[in-house]
Amino acid sequence: MAKEKMTGAQALLRCLELEAVEYVFGVPGGAILPVYDALFEATHQKGYHLKHVLVRHEQVGAHAAEGYALATGKVGVCFGTSGPGATNLVTGIADAYMDSVPLVAITGNVPKSLIGTDAFQEADITGITMPVTKHNWLVTDVEDLPRIIKEAFYLARTGRPGPVLVDIPKDVQNATFEFEYPETVNIPGYMPAPKEPPRLADAATLIRSATRPVLYLGGGVRSSGSYAEVLAFAELVGAPVVTTVHGKGVFPETHPRCLGMFGMHGSRYANYAVQDSDLIVALGARFDDRVTGKLSAFAPEAKVVHLDVDPAEISKLVTATVPLVGDLKVLLPRLHAEVQRVFEARGRPDLGPWLARVEAWRTKHPLRYAQEPGAPILPQKAIDVLYEKTKGRAIVATGVGEHQMFAAQWYKTDFPRQFITSGGLGTMGFCLPAAIGAQLGKPGELVIGIDGDGSFQMTLQDLATAVELELPIKIFILNNLFLGMVRQWQELFYDNRFSQTPLKDCPDFVKLAEAYGCLGLRARTLEELEPVVDQALAPRGGPVIVDIRVRRQEKVFPMVPAGAPLNDMIGGE
Amino acid sequence: MERTEEAQNYSLHTISLLVQNLPGVLHRIAGLFSRRGYNIASLTVGPTERPEYSRMTIVVRLSSMTVDQVVRQVQKLVPVVEVRELKPQDLVERELMLVKIKTPEANHSELRALAETYEASIVDVSPDALIVEATGNAGKLDALEDRLKAYGIQEICRSGRIALERGFKTLAPPNLK
Ligand SMILES: Cc1ncc(C[n+]2csc(CCOP(=O)(O)OP(=O)(O)O)c2C)c(N)n1
Repeated sequence: MAKEKMTGAQALLRCLELEAVEYVFGVPGGAILPVYDALFEATHQKGYHLKHVLVRHEQVGAHAAEGYALATGKVGVCFGTSGPGATNLVTGIADAYMDSVPLVAITGNVPKSLIGTDAFQEADITGITMPVTKHNWLVTDVEDLPRIIKEAFYLARTGRPGPVLVDIPKDVQNATFEFEYPETVNIPGYMPAPKEPPRLADAATLIRSATRPVLYLGGGVRSSGSYAEVLAFAELVGAPVVTTVHGKGVFPETHPRCLGMFGMHGSRYANYAVQDSDLIVALGARFDDRVTGKLSAFAPEAKVVHLDVDPAEISKLVTATVPLVGDLKVLLPRLHAEVQRVFEARGRPDLGPWLARVEAWRTKHPLRYAQEPGAPILPQKAIDVLYEKTKGRAIVATGVGEHQMFAAQWYKTDFPRQFITSGGLGTMGFCLPAAIGAQLGKPGELVIGIDGDGSFQMTLQDLATAVELELPIKIFILNNLFLGMVRQWQELFYDNRFSQTPLKDCPDFVKLAEAYGCLGLRARTLEELEPVVDQALAPRGGPVIVDIRVRRQEKVFPMVPAGAPLNDMIGGE
Repeated sequence: MERTEEAQNYSLHTISLLVQNLPGVLHRIAGLFSRRGYNIASLTVGPTERPEYSRMTIVVRLSSMTVDQVVRQVQKLVPVVEVRELKPQDLVERELMLVKIKTPEANHSELRALAETYEASIVDVSPDALIVEATGNAGKLDALEDRLKAYGIQEICRSGRIALERGFKTLAPPNLK
């Protein structure tokens, strides 16, 4: 590539173009002004693709970039100015870190000469984000900028994906140099090849000798995009399949072998199956405490085959009987072939009795709710209606709380990248930003949000962004006038002492929607629910906000209390 | 099934790292140890035969199960080129110690003799104080420190452990050799 003279700011934008970035979400400010000025200029050039989305809060910018990344599988990008702009990004970056979402965050910083002087709007953002990024950089020489941006995208999307941050002082943005984009990345210690060959034969032997196996699928299946491989493998093994919240949709939830989500709010049958299994084959999953329950009592008889791209996840919490380190897409077909060979040589194990037991659990303890006519709308019912009306095909973004778990239980997903939620960090306020990002990434798809009244109020200012972009997203607020999930814990474990959980003075969400220029709708009764959902789902050029008044104290069941074994559930019998 | 939460048997482990010589790398590594709750007993860092890499030796008190975990977590840091636990039987370790002793001149010759048995030397002398310099493994330095206590230790400065593997093995991965 020919060298070309330009500023650091121009170079940054050129890099983003070369990385085929479609959208950047951000808010300008003094320390990132040169970049925004270069953007102004670039936007008026012919053939310029990069679009900037002006969000109303940087946290939303980061979450929107996550929503975009989760819906599309591409890298999300966000901008923030120095100091408060950068610190506002931190929640989104931390969220992306916990959920392994590929994200590149770019921040401006004060000029190099002012760094370390407590200058106006200075923050040590590389120091602040060190624990929540895969890596970060403070660019001190404009000559390094192209290489660093190249490395940033490479790190964000390869291996176990995650967020990175590049902090660029203002004078570096202004400095001119001869731009050249490197063609390759060379990071000496990154992703070293595993030292030992994978023990595929051992894994296959375990699978052959198990009589009560389960497949446990996590977000790593989504990151690696190995859906076809996983489906084929699951059909070969014939075991029941359970997923985490990030595994939702990587295996069709309507498939007869799929037991859906397990863990704290998983179904009884999924939890019983895991707890009673004699072999867990974990693919791209990390044995988070929300799925294992009390670790020392987790699946006491199970051996574990753990396949993950991140060697540090192996035996971090649960010791792997057979660890398999590598990219699922490459390694799983090899395991598949090995298992097939073993089955051909030694016959398949008879899983009949095990599958019958699992089905008996499923029949005896299905997920259920009892909606009575004339009674307040149950949140489960509302989601059921959404599932029916959208034919199970919508991309669903959620907030964090009871509504999120109801959505995970009742909105069955058959497609990957269909359920977009904050799992690891559990960030309230995630729904609207994620829906914005997802809709931009998937313009033709129906994107709905299932939010809580509490969560929605954490980022609602960005309705303005959705309106400006005419995004046809539909946000359904399951309004219980409570910080519901916390109230649920207070009911169950704190003797009904509702300390600071009633949201008494919620704004009128219909009027609020209208104030922002959205369509606002409300369903108070069961009779209103279906017509209102129909009205909301009708094609429209902008966002719709639906206030669904639900039963105030409905709880999510079953529930594994924190610290209890997985099969020690309350409710949902 | 074995579980990490039940792992016991804490002891000192020596972890050796080759890291890219970049700003902030010490912060990154020390930060990882502190936020994951691993307690560092000593940490040394210095240049290597190649200017673009530094070598760190970190001694931590851990169960052997967590050591593998620490090694894998540290390996994930981007500037970390290589990291390995050095097993006690395979390593040569050294530490440097300076001890200031406040003691009348009358005791100095006795101290000289003591220092000699530990292959230590006296590197500074004033009428009522002297500084002993010693190198060796931690056990030897502990023993010397113990002996010196009788004379009135005023100040001690120890460098923390540095270590290399015996034999032909090196830390650098093949592509760097
Ligand atoms: C940013 C943030 N602050 C606090 C919490 C703790 N928290 C978890 S769920 C919850 C209540 C959520 O209420 P709402 O969004 O109304 O949903 P509901 O549970 O009522 O469905 C709170 C406060 C959180 N997860 N995130």
